[in-house]
Formats: sequence, structure tokens, C-alpha cells
Amino acid sequence: MADEDWSITVCGTVQGVGYRPFVYRVANDLGLRGTVRNVDGDVLIRAVGPAGALRTLTAALRGQAPALADVRQLTVATTPAGQLTPAGFVVVDSDRRPPGDGPGGEGQLGGVPPDVATCADCLRELFDPADRRYRYPFITCTNCGPRATIADALPYDRARTAMAGFPLCDRCAAEYADPADRRFHAEAVACADCGPRLVWTADGRTGEAALAAATVMIADGGIVAVKGLGGYQLVCDATAPAVVDRLRGRKYRPRKPFAVMVADLAAARVLARLTPADDELIAGAARPVVLVPARPGNGLAGGVHPGTDQVGLFLPTTPLHHLLLRALARPLVVTSGNRADEPIATDDADARTRLAGIADGFCAHDRPIRARYDDSVARTVAGVATLVRRARGYAPDLLELPAAAPAPILAVGAQLKHTFTIARGGRALVGPHGGSLDDADAMTAFTDSLAALCRLHRIEPRVVAHDLHPGYLSTRYAARWPALARVPVQHHHAHVASCAAEHGLRGPFLGVAYDGLGLGDDGTLWGGELLLATYTGHERLARFGRAPLPGGEAAVRRPARMALGYLTGGEFPVDADPAPLVDRLDPGEVTVVRRMVDRGVNCPVASSAGRLFDAVASMLGVCDDAGYEGEAAVMLESAAAMCDGRPASLPWRVAEVDGLWVYDWSPTLSALLDRAGRAPVAELAAAFHRTLVEVTVDLCVRAARRTGVDRVCLSGGCLGNRLLATGLTAGLAAAGLTGYLNHAVPAGDGGISYGQAAVAAARQAAKE
Amino acid sequence: LGHGAGGQLSADLVTGLLLPALGSAAPAGPLEDAAVVPVGGVDVVISTDAYVVSPLFFPGGDIGCLAVHGTVNDLAMRAATPVALALAYVVEEGFPLADLRRVAASAGRAAAAAGVAVVCGDTKVVGRGAADGLYVVSTGIGHRPPGAAPSAGAVVSGDVVLLSGPIGSHGTAILSVREGLGFDADIASDTRPLHRLVAAMTAAGGTGVHALRDPTRGGLASALNEIAAASGVPVEIDEAALPVPPAVAAACEILGLDPAHVANEGCLVAFVAPERADEVLTAMRGLPEGGGAVRIGTVADHGEPGRVTVRTAVGSRRVLDMLVGEQLPRIC
Ligand SMILES: [Fe+3]
Ligand SMILES: [Mg+2]
Ligand SMILES: [Zn+2]
Ligand SMILES: [Zn+2]
Repeated sequence: MADEDWSITVCGTVQGVGYRPFVYRVANDLGLRGTVRNVDGDVLIRAVGPAGALRTLTAALRGQAPALADVRQLTVATTPAGQLTPAGFVVVDSDRRPPGDGPGGEGQLGGVPPDVATCADCLRELFDPADRRYRYPFITCTNCGPRATIADALPYDRARTAMAGFPLCDRCAAEYADPADRRFHAEAVACADCGPRLVWTADGRTGEAALAAATVMIADGGIVAVKGLGGYQLVCDATAPAVVDRLRGRKYRPRKPFAVMVADLAAARVLARLTPADDELIAGAARPVVLVPARPGNGLAGGVHPGTDQVGLFLPTTPLHHLLLRALARPLVVTSGNRADEPIATDDADARTRLAGIADGFCAHDRPIRARYDDSVARTVAGVATLVRRARGYAPDLLELPAAAPAPILAVGAQLKHTFTIARGGRALVGPHGGSLDDADAMTAFTDSLAALCRLHRIEPRVVAHDLHPGYLSTRYAARWPALARVPVQHHHAHVASCAAEHGLRGPFLGVAYDGLGLGDDGTLWGGELLLATYTGHERLARFGRAPLPGGEAAVRRPARMALGYLTGGEFPVDADPAPLVDRLDPGEVTVVRRMVDRGVNCPVASSAGRLFDAVASMLGVCDDAGYEGEAAVMLESAAAMCDGRPASLPWRVAEVDGLWVYDWSPTLSALLDRAGRAPVAELAAAFHRTLVEVTVDLCVRAARRTGVDRVCLSGGCLGNRLLATGLTAGLAAAGLTGYLNHAVPAGDGGISYGQAAVAAARQAAKE
Repeated sequence: LGHGAGGQLSADLVTGLLLPALGSAAPAGPLEDAAVVPVGGVDVVISTDAYVVSPLFFPGGDIGCLAVHGTVNDLAMRAATPVALALAYVVEEGFPLADLRRVAASAGRAAAAAGVAVVCGDTKVVGRGAADGLYVVSTGIGHRPPGAAPSAGAVVSGDVVLLSGPIGSHGTAILSVREGLGFDADIASDTRPLHRLVAAMTAAGGTGVHALRDPTRGGLASALNEIAAASGVPVEIDEAALPVPPAVAAACEILGLDPAHVANEGCLVAFVAPERADEVLTAMRGLPEGGGAVRIGTVADHGEPGRVTVRTAVGSRRVLDMLVGEQLPRIC
């Protein structure tokens, strides 16, 4: 039978993951002739041989792809074999397509995989005295190492990465060129002879001496700024209270928990209780910081995670981390190299200025960081890995969109915990977590990161999706973007759409958005909403009762004010003695706040679930002032987790107002105030969680009965509360409904941009 | 219409609706406090403003002197010497005559003290409910001597940002009396004329005085953003240098307001060439209305054009934005 000549285009995450070596091996095993190469973000294969072998190859391209690859699309063009009958099968140089070419056209998304933690093989070599890369802090192979943080351009090849400045030595070059080697076409391959070097900036010491300087300083109770993959990190001894407190003071981070890095799973289990799902998440290639319940008396300094039983643990992500942990043999605080809300420092000179007042020493190296990726934060919810902050190790992996975008889309996200999304066709690229946009440097980091990813993927978004809030700096930015179409997306519609989209739901769904605050369609603030939604639109079916926020953001920062707001100016009168709360507060503040509420002075009104959490936390004396966003809710959840039994729920009521079902929280709050100080806080906190579950299930059952829709997407910042998330999915299941949670993108505002992109794509598609 | 608080929405109303409606009669160039109109070789400066403050009487002043000071100051922000004012009163039927007399007398005293004449006026009485008590419209005319020609669009990188005195008093005092919040015992409006201060500044700084603005509605943040946008420059302010009286800071804290968003009636912000900044600052401090003058920031040579950032006490840089309508929380 005559040979055939197949051109195969593989799209998805197929570069920097050992895909070409894999194709090389399979094709050679099958006796095929031809070539494989990276073109833009794709892999292009030209294979000549018998049709049967070509079919086997094509099946393998998907079915046996390397673990880190994610094949989204295979396109095959077959022709009878022409003049080209190359001898053997080879990897050839990468290329860029002329604009407009290729299956997805110009700017096809894909190509740059996220960074990957050091693999087991490299780790073994790292600590093998006989290996030529023994103790080399930049050891890597096709299966691990930096990717997104070193890429300059596509196709992803050494020449277009931060490794371009490190010409391979003969031995590394031989490994790079040897199809049988683990480092065949590993773009970041290096060794002590040819690769990046550590440097202790104080005196220019390099290599082992630099590592020793960092180790000694940390052991002596100092804070060292360590240049990581996607930015500088601040590292200190997690068991030494004095240095942890000093780090808090210098970083202006009074209470928000610090992440702790430990050498391995065994060390993690000493500090916290891990489920098998936690094990898998914590040891996975993405290496997020994983939130797990701490064991009491685990030896960590009290300042590591004050006020909550949840501690964020992660394992080493780079060989350098492994070396540090091996030398120090204790848990280390490893936190973003920044002050307060600033973005993590990436540039060496910038880091030395900005971290000068924080770090006692700098352990840097000479491989530039091309893109800023902070550490990711995740947790397991009912056994499923769930991202709280999506950055290093996850971004810029692609997510699917339920409706393909007819034109490239930019979704600018919200304000805090900011991310943006660019989308083309059926794929969305959610940029890394970037912090709060009211920080000028975070705003610049956002625009820089956006520009870099657009350039990398040769994409020019002409449709821009944004929030309704006119004051978000993202909305302001969207207004200046040279767009052909602007798509405003209501905040909570975006939240629930992000959940539906990542589950690939089609058709209408119910959306429960339990959140802090977002601007609603009616100009009031929302945050405790039940919507009937599709990707293109939404209808509000139910909401939480409203309350004023005395002083706006000041009330968000001070839950005690929020409690006064509910008690003195809420939509429903609370029939209980407010003494347990009021007696604790400054009488002058109480008087002014009451007056503000009466007169409506800077008292925006919100139907928010998050603010109800704040108010309850304060009424129970758990938290009057929030040291970081959401602290009151975190502390209330921690309090509830201490409850051994399963206390009965508190009373609640559903009212009907203007055709909406409204959760009337007044009986709930009355009962809490009545019992505050008499029943244990843990019991009341648990009862409150249970009450919210009951209310929500009741509202969803009503909505399902009215609409015939039984799928419920649960999203918004409050779903970061594991007790609430698991309670809701279980409660909905018991009522015959199906609850869906966010896993791939955060339920909080980090997921907003993805939801906006899903909505914008669907609306644009519907127009066509 | 939610455009009452100054800031972004009022700016949108002007640029989006009112200016286009004027067609070819609309002024060119950036929006300024007052317009410069060359008449027979003289730079005549003209400004008009409607005053709708509630309450009409407040600690430190009333709507009468406010109407005089506001218009005198708008003229002064273009380095004009104010010459004459016209005042129009819109009075709701049933408004107490004694109060009207008090307001008019206050306006007269303020004009005399400022050395300007009130040369014409108008009075209209409208039906009950058609107005809220009393509105005052004042129009001012002045002339600008050769020399400094400050404009919102004339700021360049390297300029030093000067502030003539403490911020936040007027807005907090008004709010406190109107809503009965009890802060007005310690806080009074800063309403006062600034033309003599400006004369001293231009005498000292000459053409080095690039831009002047009195941060009234929308506060210092709006004034800085308007100038940054009109000149297309990044502005960096040092939070620690901002003079906020302790009573104002305490009131703003509890009310959830940023003092930089609160209205003032007696201070100005100036953008001055760096080599003249010290002389101008010294000249300012020589007058009572400039006694608290300070340097609060600079025009950066790199950064996002039009963006105002504040270097916080913590050392990070916060974007200082204009108020958008009534302030809505941006925290989720
Ligand atoms: Fe939100
Ligand atoms: Mg004015
Ligand atoms: Zn490896
Ligand atoms: Zn080498």
C-alpha cells in the first residue's frame, strides 16, 4: 500500500512539556519518516508512512501524551505522499506562522505551560554526590522547572526564554540533543558550568557560598529575600516567634496568615491534619500553598496564622527551596516579597529597593524573571482541589469557554484579588493573581502582564468585558481600551457564570452568589443573591435582607460597625437587646454611627451575605476589626470548626418583597444576641452556618419549583468558607438539587474575569 | 442624576452633555476654574458659580460669603486680580427675611474685605418647593497682569506640588451641622479669599507658577486628577505631608471619608517649577491664608500619564482616584 503524507497540528499546552521528544519517540518506533516542530503555540507534525501507522501515531498524540501536556485540538490533513520523502524522523527548528495562518488563525491561545515543581528524578540527582548536577540549584528536565516565568515569546524554545543568555556547555548540549535523554529539548537545561548562579548580593558570594550565607542568616533568626520562580520571596524560620513578628511588622501585614514551606509530606503531616486529597494536592506538580487544619502545639510560631486553625503549607517548588529546607531542617515561612498590597517583586534592582527595609539579606541569581507569578493558594473541598488564588503552577493554563468567542475578548476583572482573562475561540487564558488594583504598582503590574500575554499570543482583544462598578480601576481601564464592543457584566452574574463555565454547563442554571459586595443592576450593592441565569443574562429571584454600611468601606474594615448597621438600620427590625454588642464599643462611636444610619450619611445599602458574616462575627465577639479582607468570616468559620456537636439551626424567615424572596435575618440575629455570652461561641457560630445552609436550600427549592431548573452554581467570596461550601452542596443534594462549586478558578473575585469572559463570549456569539 | 458630589460624574456631565450642547460656542482647551478672554489687549478673566449649600449657615461662614470667596478664588486660580462681582439670589417663597438680610450682609462684608465691588445683581422669588430656601449665583470679572498664566494644562514633569494649608475642614463642618453629627464644635469651614495669596505667589514665582486650583467639591483628589489629566502627567503625592487637622482626621475616620475627597473653600494647590518652588513657598507662608503651606508632592518623570498616586505611610503607592458619584465601596 502506498504511503500517505499527513500534516498534524496539535493545539493546547504542548510546548515545554516534552511533547516533541514524545512525538519523536513514537514516530520512530512506528518507523515513520517526517518532522516535528513548534510553531507559535502549537506543535506541527509532518509524518509519512503507511496509513495504519499514521493512525496509530494520531491516537497516541492524545492518548499517550506526556503528563504535563494538555491536548485540546488535533487537526489532520492527509495527502498521498508527494515528493517529500525525508529519511528518518527528526525534530526541526521552531517557527512562527505568517499572520492569519493555522487552524485557529493568528494568535491561537496555548503553548506556554505553567511552571512545574522539581520532579522526583531531578530531586534524586540534586542530592546524589555522584551526579554532575549535585546541589545545583537550577537543575531541571523536560518534566519540571520554570516555563511561564521565563518565556519571552512563542514558540517556547530556549532562544526565546530567559535562558537565551546561558549558552549550553558541551555536556548539556549533548543531553539537549539526545532523543534518549530526559533533557532532550528541555529548554531550561543547565548545569553549574553553563547555567544560572546563586549570588549573595551583600558581598557577591556565589554558588554554595551564597547558599551558605542565606542558610546561616535564616538559622540565626534573620529574614532573607530569596529569588524564586515568579518573584522574590521572604523566607524566615517559622518556629521562631520573634522573627515572624518582625516580618509582620516590616511587611505591614499584621494578621493575614503566612505560608509555611516544609521539606516533604511527612513534615507537613507533623504540622497539620491532611486528608489523602490534601496529600495529592500538596505534592502535585503545581505545588500550591494548601490550606489545612493545623495540629495544636505543632511548634509553629503563634504569629504564623493568628486567629484561625487553617495553616497554608507547601512543599519546595524549586531546587533552591529543597537545598534550603534540607540545610535548615525546619519549617520556613515563605511569603511574597512585597510590602502590604504591593505586587511581588521580580526585578533584581527593584527588589533590592523595595525589600531593603524588610529583608536582612538577598539570595538572588542571574536568571531574569520574565513574568510575575505569585504562589497559588488552594484547598480541598469535599475531597476536590479548589483554588483560592490562581497563579504559579496553574496560570496561564487554558480553560474552556462554554460559548466560543467570535472575536478576541479581554475581561478586566474586578478590583481586589485581581485577575484578567483573555479569550479567543473556545479557550480562555486567566492571567495570574495580581492583588488589589488601588495599589499603583499592582495596577502597573496588571497592564504590563496583560501587554506581555497579548504579545506572546499575538492577540488583540477588541471586545472588553468589565464590571458594572464605575469606581473599580479595572472598569476605568476598560473604558480607555480601544474596543469595538464593551460588555458590562454584573458582578454576581460573573461569579456564578465562572462556576457554570468551568463545569461546562449548558442551558439555564440557578446561581447562588454569596459575596462581600458587588454593584447590582439596581444601583444598590448586592452580595447575597439567588439568580436564574444563562451565560447571556440573569434574573434575580431572591436576596438577603438589606442593611446599611455605616461609612462604606470603613464598615467593611470594621465588622462592629456592620453589626450596628444591621441592628439599627437594617431592612428588618431586630427585636433583641443589643447590649452584648453595644456595651463593648466606644459610646461616642455608637452615637455617631447611629446618627449616620438615621440620616443616611455615607451609608450605602447592601443585601450581602459577606457583610452578614461580619456582623455575626462581631455580635459574637469573635472579630470587631478585620486585619485583612474577610478576616471576620475566616475567624467565624474557625470558631464554628471548634464545635463538636451539631447544634440546631437558628430561627429564620423568608419574606416576599417586590416579587423577590428575601431572607429575613432578624430572627437569626435576635436569637444570636439573646444567646451571646450564654452559649459557647463555637456552638453559635456553627448554628449560624447551619442556618445559612437551611435558608439557601429553602430558597433554591422554591426557585427550582418555579423555574424547573435544578442545577445550582455556588460562587462568590463566601464560598471560600469550607463549612458553608460543603454544607450547601450536601444540603442541595439532600433536596434533590445539584450544587456546583468553583475549583479551577477562585470562587472569590479572582474568578470574576473568567466569568466575565464566559458572559461576553456568549453575548457576542448570540449576536452573530 | 447622581452627579451631585463633584468628581467624576460631574466631569462626565460637563464633557459628555453640556459642552457638546454648546457646539461651536464651546470653549477650547482644558476645563478651568475661570476663563481668560482677551479684550482690547487686556486679559479679562471671567467666572461664574451657583451656590446651593445646605445648611446656609455653618461654622466659619454662610452661603453669602461663600459665594463671594468661591468666585474670587476661581478668578484667582487664573492669576487674575478680581475687580467686580455680580450676585443673583434665588429665594424660595416664605424664606425668612432676616436670614436673607444676614446672607446679603455677609456677602457685602466679604466683598469689601476682598477689595472687590458688587456691581450688579438680580433677585428672583420662586414658589414654595421650587427651590430649597436660598440659592446664590455669583459671577466675577478680573484682569490678569502680564506674567504668570497658570493653566491646568501647563504642568510639566519635575513640577513641585504645593498646598496652601490644611484640607478637609469645609466639607466635614458642613456635613456635621447638616446631619447633626456633633463634629462642628471642633471644625469650622476654611472659607476665605485667596487672591492676595496668589498675587504673592506669582510675584515670587512669575511664569514658574504653572497651575493653580482651589480643591472645592471633590476635594484635593479631584483637583489633582483634573490637572494630571489636563497636562497628561503622572503626579505623586506624599501622604505624610498632607496637612489634615486632627479633628478632621478623626471625623473622616468615623464617617468613612477620605480627607482628600472632602471639599475645601480656603486653600489652593499649586504646580510650580522646581527652581521657583522655595521662593513661592516662602511667599505663601508670609500671608495668614498661606501660613500652613507645604510641599506635598511632585510631577514624576515616568509613570502613567494622568494618574495620581499617593505614597502611603506604609511606603506603598496607592492610586488616588476621583470620587465617582456617591462613594461606593470597592471592597468585595
Ligand atoms: Fe465578589
Ligand atoms: Mg468653583
Ligand atoms: Zn526534572
Ligand atoms: Zn552545562
